[in-house]
Amino acid sequence: MNWTDIGAVTDVPLRGARLVKTQAGCIAVFRTAEDEVFAASNACPHKQGPLSEGIVHGQKVTCPLHNWVFDLNTGEAQGADEGRIAVYPVRIEAGRILLEISALQNRSAA
Amino acid sequence: MKQKLVVIGAGMASGRVLEHLREQAPDQYDITLFNAEPRGNYNRIMLSPVLSGEKTYEEIVTHDDDWYAQNEITCRFGEHVVGIDRDSRTVTGQNGAVSYDKLLIATGSAPFIIPVPGKDLPGVIAYRDLDDTNAMVEASAKGGKAVVIGGGLLGLEAAAGLALRGMQVTVLHLMGHLMERQLDEAAGYLLKKDLEDRGITVMTKAATKAILGEDRVEAVLLEDGTVLDADLVVMAVGIRPETRLATDAHLEVARGIEVNAQMMTSDPDVLAVGECVELDGQLFGLVAPLYDQAKVVAATLIGEEAAFVPKELSTKLKVTGCDLFSAGDFAEGEGREDVIFRDPSRGVYKRLVIEGDRLVGAVMYGDTADSNWFFGLIKDGTDISDMRETLIFGPAYQGGGQADPLSAVAALPPEAEICGCNGICKGQIVQAIEGGATDLGAVKATTKASASCGTCTGLVEQLLQVTLGDGFEMPTAQPVCGCTDLSHEDVRRLIKSQELKSQEAVWQELGWKTVNGCHTCRPAVNFYLLADWPLDYTDDPQSRFVNERNHANIQKDGTYSVMPRMWGGMTTPQELVAIAQAAEKYGATVKVTGGQRIDLLGVRKEDLPAIWADLNRAGMVSGHAYTKGLRTVKTCVGSDWCRFGTQDSTGLGIKLEKRLWGSWTPHKVKLGVSGCPRNCAEATCKDIGIVCVDSGYQIGVGGAAGMDVKEVERLVDVATEEEAIEWTVAFVQLYRENGKYLDRAYKWLAKVGLDWVQEVLTDPAERAALVDRFDLSQSVYQTDPWAERARPDVAQGFQPLADFTLEAAE
Ligand SMILES: Cc1cc2nc3c(=O)[nH]c(=O)nc-3n(C[C@H](O)[C@H](O)[C@H](O)COP(=O)(O)OP(=O)(O)OC[C@H]3O[C@@H](n4cnc5c(N)ncnc54)[C@H](O)[C@@H]3O)c2cc1C
Ligand code: HEM
Ligand code: SF4
Repeated sequence: MNWTDIGAVTDVPLRGARLVKTQAGCIAVFRTAEDEVFAASNACPHKQGPLSEGIVHGQKVTCPLHNWVFDLNTGEAQGADEGRIAVYPVRIEAGRILLEISALQNRSAA
Repeated sequence: MKQKLVVIGAGMASGRVLEHLREQAPDQYDITLFNAEPRGNYNRIMLSPVLSGEKTYEEIVTHDDDWYAQNEITCRFGEHVVGIDRDSRTVTGQNGAVSYDKLLIATGSAPFIIPVPGKDLPGVIAYRDLDDTNAMVEASAKGGKAVVIGGGLLGLEAAAGLALRGMQVTVLHLMGHLMERQLDEAAGYLLKKDLEDRGITVMTKAATKAILGEDRVEAVLLEDGTVLDADLVVMAVGIRPETRLATDAHLEVARGIEVNAQMMTSDPDVLAVGECVELDGQLFGLVAPLYDQAKVVAATLIGEEAAFVPKELSTKLKVTGCDLFSAGDFAEGEGREDVIFRDPSRGVYKRLVIEGDRLVGAVMYGDTADSNWFFGLIKDGTDISDMRETLIFGPAYQGGGQADPLSAVAALPPEAEICGCNGICKGQIVQAIEGGATDLGAVKATTKASASCGTCTGLVEQLLQVTLGDGFEMPTAQPVCGCTDLSHEDVRRLIKSQELKSQEAVWQELGWKTVNGCHTCRPAVNFYLLADWPLDYTDDPQSRFVNERNHANIQKDGTYSVMPRMWGGMTTPQELVAIAQAAEKYGATVKVTGGQRIDLLGVRKEDLPAIWADLNRAGMVSGHAYTKGLRTVKTCVGSDWCRFGTQDSTGLGIKLEKRLWGSWTPHKVKLGVSGCPRNCAEATCKDIGIVCVDSGYQIGVGGAAGMDVKEVERLVDVATEEEAIEWTVAFVQLYRENGKYLDRAYKWLAKVGLDWVQEVLTDPAERAALVDRFDLSQSVYQTDPWAERARPDVAQGFQPLADFTLEAAE
């Protein structure tokens, strides 16, 4: 496990998201109205829409391109759409966001 | 021989310990009890009723002199313990030392005082003990103004008590909603409303900068410069475990005194209990766990096996008439599901958080009758799969009914205005229906409700159904989205008539079925709120689509386009140089748009604040090419240059653009001004198109040149430029106040009819009022969003939060 501090909870807007760039692609870190954080792939499986730019409602995000909605807990697309985004372990400790990045580091580069 | 037990602190936790000890092993210990307060144990949590005058101090005493005498406890009240010597096993009080075999530290906690200038002025009081309570009661006898800093449990109880004693109370709370640790936004909104009904002013997101005063407190200064007069300031921002004695005695102390499950500190002969302890990183600020700890302490002292295990906690606020309850975990965890119930008529909100087959959290406001039942389900981890569907209705309702989708309308008071055009209230309409007007046409004919612009039709129909029941067949109006059964028109109307001024107010009062809406309703509600209440509501960027949030158009490759304003299509060599330099610097593609300005395409998100700052420096502002708002005003060269020109079309275009820019509208708004009927600016296919003629200005509205191509319809002919501007502004405001979100002007016109618009705007007073309301909104919204976001602190938000690709490359 490699829990890495990526910033303060307050760096992410309430009901918003920020981007984290990794070797394995871009990750969106979301903050809900109730101060929960979630991390998921930034790219919508439909047309690669940037999910970090979507509207966050409840524990879901809507893709800004074609309104696909994803549950941030499971990454599953909601409703009639079929698809899934990868979700990553993330937690809050003392107001800081910790992201588990071991799956995101490019080992072959090391 | 009896062993000697010394107890430091006669509070709620140690009081319980002593009771258990004397019951279970009456003769095992000689007990000495120190207390800094000059009195024995009383029920601290009942100080709030004492403050409000609902109880007296005598009624909340739990252990009186007789009790201590009968139980042979040596009391040293009013005496601070100043030191513990673990080597000689003595405790030193202000009046001398005493030795111990076992020591129990139960010093509770101290109020946290925020370190601002003026915190030590007389008149600044914390809220912890009887002396504080008495000081507040005394101060309130003179009346005047009180400011309570902190909108948590303690602060609100203090505020309610002081208000009952006749003070004018303001609560300052740093966070966005009250009691944010126990309540979600919806319940926080209801609580705020209830407190405001009691005359308490609640200011959220209010940070205290200083407390002002010469020899006693006079006022509180906030970070934003607001000054609030105050005769009394109560600090209730939190508590800190009282650990000083333990630290000095070199016991292990983190945030609290560290104990194990047997309540022993790092020294096995020293125990600790209550708010001063920390177990596995957890602190305890409510009495329920302290009572469990007390049992364990007594057992450990007697030599029995026992272990303290923290349990789920629940919270209630002891303010008479504010019924709220929260329990369990509604903030973290995966795979959870919310069940929400709202009854706007009774101000009730309930939310259950379910994980798998178990209830893990509950928040309730307004009706907490079933709270113990829910709390039981949470604590016991009961399998709720069988009652999932009806769980929220409580134990009595198992197998029971459904929430009435019409409840929001049924709940409206009779004086709620339904038809804004004609000023018709619910009561009048219901009366008409009961008097025999049993369909829409009849209601229109008898009351005039919905007979003008027609946007309240949906509400009138719902009233027909509420009043007539099954006797009325509802035409199905399109609801905004799955979160509500109300249509856009209904929501707009109710936001106005019920004076709903926040998203939480809309969710609650209109019975939304989700926690905070979805991508369909949030942008719409955000627009309605800011259009109707420009001074009370603040635009919420997180309820906007990406382009409007980032103030640039996202392109298909994820880059953005940047388009500065060129007023009326006019530019200067200096502006062109700045644009050219920016294009080179940020590698942008340059395109001349159909809106008579220049688009810089292919700019990276990270570069947006920098390119904006560059363009700002050259005097340019955002062209809002990305908003549901004013886009461009296209003009021709008009009488300045053209031999056909009848009026200064360019000048009028610039004036209009300068007046209208920055305003949000239901959909985009494009204008055109042509200098003569040859119409080189293609004004007659714009949302508003003005064609100049010898006798003045022909104003057309509702044109379009998209998927639908439409020519404008003539709104009016006016003689002067001033009139042309006044009519245009008034038209835009009427559209802002009445249009459905995402209806272009022509679609809105098709619904309300040009006749109605003309009728409204022909009235000079109506026109002037619309212009006033537009200008009021512009006083807030006519600011350059680029300049605001080019500031370094805000610009930071456009960068990635973290970048691990750089790290790996090192
Ligand atoms: C106004 C108010 C309302 C509350 N409402 C609720 C509620 O509704 N529900 C709930 O669960 N909890 C409530 N609480 C919290 C609850 O009162 C505390 O959790 C509880 O009192 C803590 O008990 P304790 O024994 O740890 O500390 P305390 O009861 O604070 O007792 C500690 C005692 O130690 C004394 N002391 C400290 N240092 C020394 C020293 N060096 N020498 C000698 N004596 C010392 C102090 O004077 C004090 O009397 C409320 C608290 C307040 C102030
Ligand atoms: C995502 C969708 C769209 C994007 C990104 C987009 C972008 C643009 C841009 C950047 C301009 C230049 C405007 C300016 O200078 O301010 C423009 C002009 C224009 N757009 Fe769109 N547009 C979109 C959808 C539409 C739609 C749906 C319509 C029709 C209803 C439309 C009709 C027009 C017209 C008519 C012009 C020319 C304006 C003029 O000549 O004054 N566009 N568009
Ligand atoms: S619209 Fe008329 S005034 Fe304007 S440029 Fe064309 S011909 Fe000239």
